[in-house]
Amino acid sequence: MNSNHSLPRIRYSTYLWVLAVLLALTLISVLITYMDLGRFTILGALSIATGKSFLVLWHYMHLKHENRFYLAMIALVLLVFVAVLVFTFLDYGLK
Amino acid sequence: MTPTESHRDDVGAKIGMWLFIFTELLLFGGLFIVYAVYRYKNPVAFHFAAEELNRGMGILNTILLLISSATVAMSLTAVQLNERGKSLILISITLMLGVLFLVNKYIEWGDKWGHGIYPGSEKLLELGHGEVLFFGLYFAMTGLHALHIVIGLLILTIALFRVKRNRITSSDYVLLENGGLYWHMVDIVWIFLFPLFYLIV
Repeated sequence: MNSNHSLPRIRYSTYLWVLAVLLALTLISVLITYMDLGRFTILGALSIATGKSFLVLWHYMHLKHENRFYLAMIALVLLVFVAVLVFTFLDYGLK
Repeated sequence: MTPTESHRDDVGAKIGMWLFIFTELLLFGGLFIVYAVYRYKNPVAFHFAAEELNRGMGILNTILLLISSATVAMSLTAVQLNERGKSLILISITLMLGVLFLVNKYIEWGDKWGHGIYPGSEKLLELGHGEVLFFGLYFAMTGLHALHIVIGLLILTIALFRVKRNRITSSDYVLLENGGLYWHMVDIVWIFLFPLFYLIV
């Protein structure tokens, strides 16, 4: 069995397009903080950050082309993180 | 397997890198939870303390890291295409952007130091509990992140020399791929640090 993979060749332009979207999202996240959105400022900024991370994982870290096994592992890590976050705030929020 | 074949396992190497990245994400994740709890407990102090940070510097460093992520990803394509020269240039640009990020961080921290704001400083202790927590987290989290930038730079420097000496080639490039993965992970951490410290005030 050949376990020495070869990743599909990804075009330079694909990476540059992703970069353009990432920079645009950064600009949007900066602009929305100048608007008075109250509590939604945090939600907006973190949603955009989550979207940017997804783009980096999907395109730059090649999850799009990898075995779904990697995706499952990442989902598990995120689940652990969210669980700890939720339980921490259950504790602090109810005190 | 014949004895002349080397024990090479790229998939194993990559899974190893991903497992390491998960531990890193949970390390920073833990710190993000600490930040969230303290912010929840000290909303006013965090609001005023965050206004002290230089937003322009944060934006600039975000742009530098995003571009460096693109260039390191493109350097892998260059290696796959056997375009060695292009790959060397792209890795070098990545390294330069990483160094620039650290220079900015140095200026930024230096500025805070100049204003008497550093862990344990008298001025900070006068400001109050919430501010101490905010700046403590700011120095700890951006400091830990900067340390990761330094490690990423070291890994990519090794990759640069290996590409140069033809030890990373279109048929054997897992080191560059893993170096890239690490660099992107460091980028993702910054993608969250940026809004939490510089944008949400």
